[in-house]
Amino acid sequence: MLEDLFSVVKVRFNGEKSDKPDGEKKDNKTDIPKGLLFKCPRCRCVTFEEEFEKNIKVCPQCNYHSRITARERLEITVDKGSFEEFDRDMISKNPIDFPDYDKKQQALREKTGLNDAVLTGKAKIRGEEIIIIVMDSNYMMASMGSVVGEKITRAIEYATANRLPVIAFTASGGARMQEGIVSLMQMAKTSGAVARHNEAGLLYIAVMTDPTTGGVTASFASLGDIIIAEPKVLIGFAGRRVIEGTIRQKLPDDFQSAEFMLENGFVDMIVERKKMRRVIAHLLKLHKPKEGTTE
Amino acid sequence: MSELTACERLDIIRHKGRPTALDYIPMIFDEFFEMHGDRLYGDDHAIMGGVASFKGIPVTVIAEVKGRNLAENQKCNFGMPHPEGYRKALRLAKQAEKFHRPVICLVDTAGAFCGVEAEQRGQGEAIARNIMEFMTLRTPVISIILGEGGSGGALALAVCDELAMLENASYTVISPRGFASILWKDSSREREACNVMKSTAEELTRLKVCDYIIAEADGGAHNDPQLTAENISDYISGALERKLQKGLDELIKGRYNKFRVVGEFEELPHSDNGSGLVPDEDVSEV
Ligand SMILES: [Zn+2]
Repeated sequence: MLEDLFSVVKVRFNGEKSDKPDGEKKDNKTDIPKGLLFKCPRCRCVTFEEEFEKNIKVCPQCNYHSRITARERLEITVDKGSFEEFDRDMISKNPIDFPDYDKKQQALREKTGLNDAVLTGKAKIRGEEIIIIVMDSNYMMASMGSVVGEKITRAIEYATANRLPVIAFTASGGARMQEGIVSLMQMAKTSGAVARHNEAGLLYIAVMTDPTTGGVTASFASLGDIIIAEPKVLIGFAGRRVIEGTIRQKLPDDFQSAEFMLENGFVDMIVERKKMRRVIAHLLKLHKPKEGTTE
Repeated sequence: MSELTACERLDIIRHKGRPTALDYIPMIFDEFFEMHGDRLYGDDHAIMGGVASFKGIPVTVIAEVKGRNLAENQKCNFGMPHPEGYRKALRLAKQAEKFHRPVICLVDTAGAFCGVEAEQRGQGEAIARNIMEFMTLRTPVISIILGEGGSGGALALAVCDELAMLENASYTVISPRGFASILWKDSSREREACNVMKSTAEELTRLKVCDYIIAEADGGAHNDPQLTAENISDYISGALERKLQKGLDELIKGRYNKFRVVGEFEELPHSDNGSGLVPDEDVSEV
């Protein structure tokens, strides 16, 4: 799955506005110095980084909502200064003794400033208290291993115990292969926590961002009372290349996009990044318990 | 218990004569009535479900079906279910809950099918829904992995009170081939992957995933399907006895905690900014 994602985005996004033969498409890696220009992986248009940032990292040309860090997501989503992080210091062990997994993690922790691929905590959106879960694709493509599973489960359990809504921004390449079966079990663990939150009659909004795939699509991401997606992002279960291998033909560019999922009935709405906070705030208001919250 | 490597076991579970759910169901259950369809889209032959009697106890049986020859395999899509298969399973599980019947799941799949229509019909959602609904299903659920337990496609029928594995069965996050392809960019290193993945019943017992190991005939179940079926049958008797005496609330809590405790992490010092929540029940006894 992971292996697929990079190429998937490249293939799909490059494919759209190009009718060049395959051979020419392949060597289109940006040669542009990083930090000055953003080259959209979807439409290949080039934007000054400054303008791109001002547009909250949405391609001004094609509206592709590119990947942002969990910190950036929090910044544009929750009330200033309201985020209280949970379990910041949790790091993974190496459950199946996968060669060099510890080393890889150590290096990534230093590089990204994250301890794993998800941030969880308590925050407010327009004054409404929520539990927020934000995955970060910069850390091993936000694959779900022990830490991701445990932090998400604890956050949802906290929400259930304190009768709070959960907002989860999902992004993931799927299971964390390096943790083997333990990674698969995190699907059950997180979905179990959602089940209890659900039975308690509480609101869970899942916001699918680029890319939401594999074991995360097949667990808590698909279990929201309300499922929102950002425009043009990748959402699916199986890897595109795996499917192409099975059917022996190329898939249309919009296969497994947010729009494809909406059309097939697996997403409630597509919401642009600049409107996301407002939409979530309204939805929270509509779901507010009548007699005031029990805190 | 034989001392075989994961790789040697893989050869056994891929043996042409390996018994499948189609062989075991008539040997283990009486009066099996197959029920068809998910009431939403269609009937998936990769998952077979129905009502049966197990030593006089009414049970619901849900099984992933691998074919024993090409014709059977074409019908059951080589044991790789589509979303409607998982939705049929959920429908039958809900029916079991209504009529207070235990659910016996027989897991045997390389994985959920990866295809265009499977995506269109929500493969991810179907698996997710099963996992969530089985977690709170108010009746005992016993899952047995017969051969391959591949990824989310297996987990969708393996959220249970007890997970048993046949001695040579495997349970993996992805097929060994896929594992090698993703991590080493070389799918030909399948056999090596197999030994790295920790996929055998014994290893999975250590990882708190597998609860019971069911012995197969010497050299593998294909050498004596009847004996293996008897071993499965004995296991089911014991498991039902253990689970039927529990209250439903206790059962559901135990099921939650069975999965809740899986994961290996550490918390560095000064981690008291955490939510402070740990599983609320006694997790040592599952
Ligand atoms: Zn663009």
